[in-house]
Amino acid sequence: MNNNQRMELARWVSKYALEKGATESAVSISRSRSVQVDVREQRLDTIRENTENSLTLMIYRDFKFSSHTTNNLDRGQLEKFIAGAVEATAYLAPDPDRRLPDPSLYPTDLGRNLELLDPRQAEVTPEFRVQNAMEAEKLVREVDSRANVISASAGFGDNLNEGVRVHSNGFAGAWSSTSFGLSASLSIIDGTARPAGGAFARTRFLNQLPSVREIAEEASRNTLMQIGQGPVETGKYTMLLDNRVAGNIIGRIFGPMSARNIHQKNSFLLNKLDSKIGSDLFTITDDPFIPQGLGSRLFDGEGIAARRRVLIDKGVLKSYLIDNYFGRKLGLTPNGGSTSNIVFALGSRNREQIIAAQERAILVNSFSGGNASALTGDFSFGISGHLIENGKITRAINEMNISGNLLDLWNQLVETGNDPFRFSATQSPTLVFADVIFSGL
Amino acid sequence: MSKTVNRRDFLKTGGVVVAGTMVLPSVLSGCFAGKQAVLPMHYDLNDYLNHFGVTRRLIAEVLAEGLSRGGDYCDLYFQHTNSNSIGLEENIVNRAASTVSFGVGIRVLKGDQTGYSFTEELTPEAMKSAARTAANIANASSFARTNPFQDRQFSNFYKINTPWEDVGISRKIPALEAINEKVFALDPRVRICNVSYSDSASYILFANSEGVIATDYQPMCTIGASVIAEQNGRREQNGYTISKRMDISMLNEDYLNWIATKSVEDTVLLFDATTPRAGRMPMVLAAGSSGILLHEAIGHGIEADFNRRGESIFSDKIGKKVAEPFVTIIDDGTIPHMRGSINMDDEGNPGKKTVLVENGTLVSYLHDRISARHFKVAPTGSGRRESFRHMPLPRMRNTYMLNGPHTKEEIIKSVDYGIFAETFTGGQVRIGPGDFTFFIKQGYLIEKGKLGAPIKDVNIIGNGPKVLEDMVMVGNDLAMSEAGWTCGKAGQGVPASMGQPTVKVSSITVGGRNV
Repeated sequence: MNNNQRMELARWVSKYALEKGATESAVSISRSRSVQVDVREQRLDTIRENTENSLTLMIYRDFKFSSHTTNNLDRGQLEKFIAGAVEATAYLAPDPDRRLPDPSLYPTDLGRNLELLDPRQAEVTPEFRVQNAMEAEKLVREVDSRANVISASAGFGDNLNEGVRVHSNGFAGAWSSTSFGLSASLSIIDGTARPAGGAFARTRFLNQLPSVREIAEEASRNTLMQIGQGPVETGKYTMLLDNRVAGNIIGRIFGPMSARNIHQKNSFLLNKLDSKIGSDLFTITDDPFIPQGLGSRLFDGEGIAARRRVLIDKGVLKSYLIDNYFGRKLGLTPNGGSTSNIVFALGSRNREQIIAAQERAILVNSFSGGNASALTGDFSFGISGHLIENGKITRAINEMNISGNLLDLWNQLVETGNDPFRFSATQSPTLVFADVIFSGL
Repeated sequence: MSKTVNRRDFLKTGGVVVAGTMVLPSVLSGCFAGKQAVLPMHYDLNDYLNHFGVTRRLIAEVLAEGLSRGGDYCDLYFQHTNSNSIGLEENIVNRAASTVSFGVGIRVLKGDQTGYSFTEELTPEAMKSAARTAANIANASSFARTNPFQDRQFSNFYKINTPWEDVGISRKIPALEAINEKVFALDPRVRICNVSYSDSASYILFANSEGVIATDYQPMCTIGASVIAEQNGRREQNGYTISKRMDISMLNEDYLNWIATKSVEDTVLLFDATTPRAGRMPMVLAAGSSGILLHEAIGHGIEADFNRRGESIFSDKIGKKVAEPFVTIIDDGTIPHMRGSINMDDEGNPGKKTVLVENGTLVSYLHDRISARHFKVAPTGSGRRESFRHMPLPRMRNTYMLNGPHTKEEIIKSVDYGIFAETFTGGQVRIGPGDFTFFIKQGYLIEKGKLGAPIKDVNIIGNGPKVLEDMVMVGNDLAMSEAGWTCGKAGQGVPASMGQPTVKVSSITVGGRNV
């Protein structure tokens, strides 16, 4: 089935739901095909080939709402599925805010090319996948002969995702996108511990992937640098946040920015619109139109037109993330309840230069467990990384926690790097926070 | 591991809704001609074959196709899951969702190498094509044979009276309303109550090239409340969830009252909560959900896929003393109605009880087929997968510690300054270094041998083998967690549970804020 056929099926599903008694309907149909090859000890470890179909029907029946998903796209089965779904909806309580988005929110220009589909994906052969994974696995164990290697592995994968969305009040859109992933990991013996490290890159286009050598070297370096790891003294340290893991902390602010949490007053950002919530260096923009961006899109999961929006400007909260339903509840115009690509205002130095400038600091490059409260902003996370003394990394750290409050933390942001992470929709640079509480020895 | 307390997690595990006498009419209802009288939990093998529209002969043909390139083993995992979820917000049930998931996963093994593919269409052509894809893991001219099928029968650890397919949404809605009403009646400080509900039923048909053919009907029901309360301008949030392999009888008055009471009590307690000192100190774990310590500190580390590759910090520890002699740790798929229980694992083996640590000595890993063959041991019934879209891996079921020689009172009394951990939101472990974490949602300070002020939102981090050695006291009050735990590994979530008596760890790093 191609997107034209999916569009035809979606229009039929939408219409059939209305015939069965729905007042409004929204239908999305998608297919995801992915192949992943993993290699260990220069042998194939796993080959996985997945093709998944999914049809989701949202029903609005006299302001009653339900959502139904199936992977069976046979029309005969779908007739029963739709009839049952519409009937089930009648049992729910009506809610005047349960309606499709206002058509004025839908995109007017669906012709813009965001370059999300790499035609080379169709030409990737099984041999090519295996060859890339084999080469990366070979390199990762070759990089440093001092290491006492237990095991090494590497993988290559690619994905094609296609789909359509049809709303009964006028929206119809389609998408097609590709992605590629290359990974390597290494596990070594270090006394009684067996540190493991890895590297991973994900891109929309094949030619954006780093070389297998780059990935292998990064994986090897990440592992070897863990030798001798342990906790250091409890105290306040300057925290450098590696750009690859910064998304773990940044992402904690989007939940509290959501219209749902604002409406439920389950947010430490309640009544904070146009207020200062971070330092002057904290500026982030949600930009859905970056060509070949991992989060790029023309419309979101509700059909609402994507638009570029400054979320936080020099520490001032400029926007909530407003979806259709909770936007109606709050009396605010929906602007999209989720983020696309997150772009930071950049500083002038890269990670190495920032490290060289620290007298005493901890570089965090891995998170382990922990949580943050959307309501209070209080957080506590397990971390590992490196101690920096007099401009140099002097030892590996693990088994420590960082704790604090997210509002305090963003006010403690004292530097952003010039090195945005390319392989994620959250393109964070290295971030530096002053006076973070680390608990260890 | 994370708890299904928020809405998104619920939708992830939740599913279909329905009406009248049938929730959603089965997408496969055409297959039931002449068999409507048999309830799904009483299906025999032929009913399952009819359900999936396949025959023994077709299954044998697909298995043969999987072995056509020289693989030495092939299995098929047919799954049909109907799931329903319902949500209550602002005093009304105004949201419902359903999911139908249907397909077969095909795995081919060549030694320890795996080829995996699945199809959502159960036509002979689609299944054989997927089998040929999985077959590509091997490249040899010798062919393994498929043995004649023998139907495997298992004990039933989740006997139910009413299949979820027969329960309409109108019978479920009153339970959500009852919890909501009770929550607001319990305390005037409650401002918001969200109630989430989900149920699911899975039909599983498993067959392999060794001739094993087996089936299971797996019910699940999860219901919980999330509460926000306010006092003098301060707001706090907490909740409570129960999840079990049960039928509609789980929505009884006792359970609903318990959910309402716990979610309110655990929320208003936080108004007085403080933060402990940062750094190392003794920790006492309350009986029950604190079994998350076992899950993270040792459970994942002894899953044998990590160990056959030598990657775990426990890789050289079988037969060695890892804890005090009063520590015995078990992983058990046979506890009636527990969330992590399984009649058969996802590789066709019976659900089992596996002793991991016996009187302080590590005696067994948790195995899947590949690791059991690697170590030349019998399967432990712990090869599990999220769905037909995933290959099985060694996974925990319900993990707990047996009672020890101490009492809760003497354990608390032995601590001069430390923390008492009671409820948790999740945890994580790094297999090789062995450092693991879990997050305390709520607990108490212990000062001079007595429980003091409540604490909240603190992460704990420790080293697995070290913490096992540091379990210096074990209580005699084992309790199991009934919460909706979902254990994540390699991108797959499976239902699990845990339990523990009161336990004292002599020293562990607490993510407090007072430096």
